[in-house]
Amino acid sequence: MAEQEKISVKASGEQLLYANILNKGMIVGILVLLVTYAIYVAGLLPTFIPVEDVPKYWGMSVAAFSHELGTPTGWGWLQSIGKGDYLNFVGIAILAAISILCYAAILPGLLRKKDTVLVVIVIVEILVLSFAASGILKSGGH
Amino acid sequence: MTMGKQLIRFLLVAAVFLTLFAIVGDVLASTDPSPTQGVIEGKSSIPWWGWPIILFFFTFILGILAVLGGVGGGVLYVPLVSGFFPFHLDFVRGAGLLVALAGALAAGPGLLKRNLASLRLAMPVALIASSCAIVGAMVGLALPANLVQILLGAVIIGIVILLATAKKSDFPDVPKADKLSQTLGIMGIYREESMGKDIDWKIHRTLPGLILFIVIGLMAGMFGLGAGWANIPVLNLLMGAPLKISVATSKFLLSITDTSAAWIYLNSGAVIPLIVVPSIVGIMLGSMVGVKILAKAKIAVVKWIVIGLLGFAGVRALLKGLGI
Repeated sequence: MAEQEKISVKASGEQLLYANILNKGMIVGILVLLVTYAIYVAGLLPTFIPVEDVPKYWGMSVAAFSHELGTPTGWGWLQSIGKGDYLNFVGIAILAAISILCYAAILPGLLRKKDTVLVVIVIVEILVLSFAASGILKSGGH
Repeated sequence: MTMGKQLIRFLLVAAVFLTLFAIVGDVLASTDPSPTQGVIEGKSSIPWWGWPIILFFFTFILGILAVLGGVGGGVLYVPLVSGFFPFHLDFVRGAGLLVALAGALAAGPGLLKRNLASLRLAMPVALIASSCAIVGAMVGLALPANLVQILLGAVIIGIVILLATAKKSDFPDVPKADKLSQTLGIMGIYREESMGKDIDWKIHRTLPGLILFIVIGLMAGMFGLGAGWANIPVLNLLMGAPLKISVATSKFLLSITDTSAAWIYLNSGAVIPLIVVPSIVGIMLGSMVGVKILAKAKIAVVKWIVIGLLGFAGVRALLKGLGI
């Protein structure tokens, strides 16, 4: 920590920036989720799985579910975004992606302060979360 | 009747309703969530739109109880919903992670702004927990459902014992910050409003704490539970962060730990909007109501209602996994 910020009772600049982006992203994510869900259950769009049939399948393991219905995995859901059920994934993906955005946003400030330890942690965390989000890793083999 | 007695009455009624909802749902859904079966014929006497409504009210009450009981929504959600609803455990865990994630995202900004959640404390811990949560999620989705159910039951019973016996320390004694925490710059000051003064804090035993977050991350990903129940004792009792900093940082931490695991569930297709969205909305609204109730009264009995519910759900998960 070459130029560590003076410790204060107030939150640091990075912490406030992180909080602001997190807050906005959360609100956008939840709103999108609510709107897309309303579209889905109102039947305004065609669905990948007819909504009345979903209870027939939700007792199956995810592997059996995917096999039976041919549901997309990874980022394959983007191709079905016109279907009401997969439209809901947009809000979920926003909620799951905000933290990556928050980390990326505080990186320049930390670099300016030459806060090497935190810079390394932030970069590695961005890589870890991006790897998780990439769709390379998926499971459900039982 | 005093406010306290009214609340106890309300909470007991809420707990009874919660159980009734669950039992009614369980009975009406004649679908057997066995992991080995093929297509389940639609024998349920509840129409498709009935399930999201039941789930919404169920999670709404869960949200109130979680706040008043001082636990996260995820830890109540997974064992109770998997125990009493006809959804496969894979989808319940996916939903549980998203419920815990949404709760953490909603609380995180306020806690960071008030400097109660510490970014410096959270970041190294989050890196370890989120990496291990990925592994936990992949292992959890690859293991047979009955084995995960047995492990879940065992973990929940362990959590019940932890909640019933673990002590908390408002201001743990940390004679000297250790070298690792100094290198990571983990220290801070926060305003303790109840005492009207600023509290300096630092931590020690950083390495053993970080090692424990490997296990916490694995469990968070594997069971979709959130991990506040484990984060707080490690941050507070082992590493010596003040209780308020531990609770707030733990809540914020979930927004990162659960993000990585949530992506694995999402990418694996273990997310059903009909389960996820009513659960998120129900638990968030319930938490808001819970916070308002909490501001008016603090009732110790709620903790025991929550512990009782969790214990019941843990035993049920164990028996279900064992096929009993």
